[in-house]
Amino acid sequence: MNTRYDIHQLQEEEMELNMGPQHPSTHGVLRVVLKLDGETIKKATPYVGYLHRGTEKLGEVHKYYQNVPHTDRMDYLAAPSNNLAYVQAVEKLLGIEDEIPERAKYMRVIMAELARIASHLVWLGTHAMDVGAISVFLYCFREREMIMSLFEEYCGARLTTSMMKIGGMPADLPDNWLDHLEDFLRIMPRRIGEYEALLTENPIWIERTRGVGVISAEDAVSFGLTGACLRGSGVNYDVRKAQPYQVYDRIDFDVPLGSNGDVYDRYLVRVEEMKQALRIIRQAVDQMPDGPYVADLPEYVLPRKVDAMTTIEGQTRHFVLTIHGFNAPPGEIYKAVEAPKGELGYYIVSDGSNKPYRMHVRAPSYYNLASLPRMSEGGSVQDVVAVIGSIDIVLGEVDR
Amino acid sequence: MVVNTRNGNKRGNLLEATQRAIFGWARKSSLWPMTFGLACCAIEMMSASAANYDVMERSGMLFRPSPRQSDLMIVAGSVTLKMAPVLRRLYDQMPDPKWVISMGSCASAGGPYPTYSHLQGVDKVVPVDVYVPGCPPVPEALFYGILQLQGMIQRGDRQVKEAPIDPEPKLQPTR
Amino acid sequence: MTQNPSSNPQDKQGNNEQPLPIINTLQELFPGAIEEVTVFRGETTIVVPVDRLIDIARTLRDNPAMQFNYLVDVTAVDWLGRTPRFDVVYHLYSIPLNHAIRMKVRVDDGQHVPSLTGLWELANWGERETYDMFGIVFDGHPDLRRILLPEDWQDGFPLRKDFPIGGYGIWAAENVPFR
Repeated sequence: MNTRYDIHQLQEEEMELNMGPQHPSTHGVLRVVLKLDGETIKKATPYVGYLHRGTEKLGEVHKYYQNVPHTDRMDYLAAPSNNLAYVQAVEKLLGIEDEIPERAKYMRVIMAELARIASHLVWLGTHAMDVGAISVFLYCFREREMIMSLFEEYCGARLTTSMMKIGGMPADLPDNWLDHLEDFLRIMPRRIGEYEALLTENPIWIERTRGVGVISAEDAVSFGLTGACLRGSGVNYDVRKAQPYQVYDRIDFDVPLGSNGDVYDRYLVRVEEMKQALRIIRQAVDQMPDGPYVADLPEYVLPRKVDAMTTIEGQTRHFVLTIHGFNAPPGEIYKAVEAPKGELGYYIVSDGSNKPYRMHVRAPSYYNLASLPRMSEGGSVQDVVAVIGSIDIVLGEVDR
Repeated sequence: MVVNTRNGNKRGNLLEATQRAIFGWARKSSLWPMTFGLACCAIEMMSASAANYDVMERSGMLFRPSPRQSDLMIVAGSVTLKMAPVLRRLYDQMPDPKWVISMGSCASAGGPYPTYSHLQGVDKVVPVDVYVPGCPPVPEALFYGILQLQGMIQRGDRQVKEAPIDPEPKLQPTR
Repeated sequence: MTQNPSSNPQDKQGNNEQPLPIINTLQELFPGAIEEVTVFRGETTIVVPVDRLIDIARTLRDNPAMQFNYLVDVTAVDWLGRTPRFDVVYHLYSIPLNHAIRMKVRVDDGQHVPSLTGLWELANWGERETYDMFGIVFDGHPDLRRILLPEDWQDGFPLRKDFPIGGYGIWAAENVPFR
């Protein structure tokens, strides 16, 4: 019997596809459930929380200085950026922002910009690998090793650095650190040129990314997107320019803006941000003065070792600060930095004791990820991978 | 966690011991891990597999996304109670013989997170062969852990205890 | 989220700081509705009643002198032992005018808060997280369910002050005292 099936008689149903929490794109444990009509996405729902570790609850039982290591593990690609955000927020709460020495501020800016480059390198490597350009991953990690060696030379840890202290920096720059930084600054522009030569004019890359994952400027502001996702749609908002912190008001740099709000524009914005970060580091190194690296505040900062060992005041101060910490004035503040992912802010409520009463992290990736359904509906399955890569999420921050 | 006898492969007669030695060599030289990077340790695992350290390629490892095609699971990162049933299901889907490396403090013992949502050690859910401490462990530490595992495979050490069979009504997957 | 901190010499003690000038406009538009205005470290905080929340939020967004088009964050604070128990906190920022404000509503356990998802899309996930962590229900939210914890988790709401950090049940971490 010869049965012919008429294509119109076949039933069409929506298919639900689960991009489960374990999948090859190394963006972490994100689960996206796609409702597909053929290849077109009708609805994309992200499910998060697979990495929720309770950092905010831990913030309430730890003293102020004990929270610093927990902050590295949220946006684990750019740990110094998180450290800066937290330490700066606590300093605002205490009211000691004006007492931080200049050298410490410049060091913080250098570390934060190195972290920005490191984070963008991972973004570029994994995003390109997801879209298909696998060799970019190896190039980016080669440069990232240089940055991690710089961090390791300064504070001993490659990834989770905890390298800032309330009141300044924990130590001065080691000898020759600036020479190693010079080597890095000399090599990096050409390497960025290599990535651009591979991707920016590449017709396959442009086909995969232009016109994909578009979000308009009004939607971007309403969703609360920040960072390159917002600037890719043309909205000029960068926390470093709008509310300058540390020494960004003395450093000259540009903020790149896109126009279409698609994946390609976000890619261009981030690559340009890497180049601007190099420019910022160069100026910070040139302008950095000599001087103390930590503020001279007996209530909040540990004494020097020699004082702690030889004088009674030093010993008492060391003991009290280690066992009890310091009491913050009652009140609440919010302070944000421009992390590589967007606006990273800390909302700290203090009731006058030595622990925060409430510590809330305004994580940029959490709100950026909420726009995934808007960006990917109407597209196809392959575009979802490109869009997730271009939003640049890190699940440690999304889930905290 | 290990052991029965240290010379597992030297028991039996010459033919059996040689066969076990050859199988052990074959298994240890081509361990294929499943991509199971969860948090910060995943980034160090990626750095370990990238150009500077190249741990994975020279150990004969090739990352496979599917559990059906892999025989090693490197649990790199924090496992939360929401993720634990997924972890167990993926472990069950791997074919025998399979090994587990628990990389980092979060996977080994809960790490710096003694909280309501964090699994205090992945060995509550799957049997672990090698624990690599560190937060995150440097790539050299991960390499050392892999070498230890390869030594265990060659020697034929077997695990003494199985994973506790966990009643998981609380951990039913959502949806 | 601050005006320049070092311009006001009384900043350290938090005295004698001026709130944002738009507060006067707001108090004229909603007489008697703004319950409290505080200024600390250069940041202005207003406390509004729950029933006027949406009107005041809409004015803050649309009024040309205010233009708070960017809702930065939605969260809550549990003041156990105080009635009303929770503070639901909204941070707002204006991208064109570069000023910021914090808006709070005070609610009790079991009291519902109207949802701001109609005004800003960010409120969708922000309110879901606040519900997940504190148990505050937002009326009018399109999809209020748990987001960070498993959806069928029954043990309570973690960020409340009476919830132990180690959690409950067989998977609980040891509730060791933190020092």
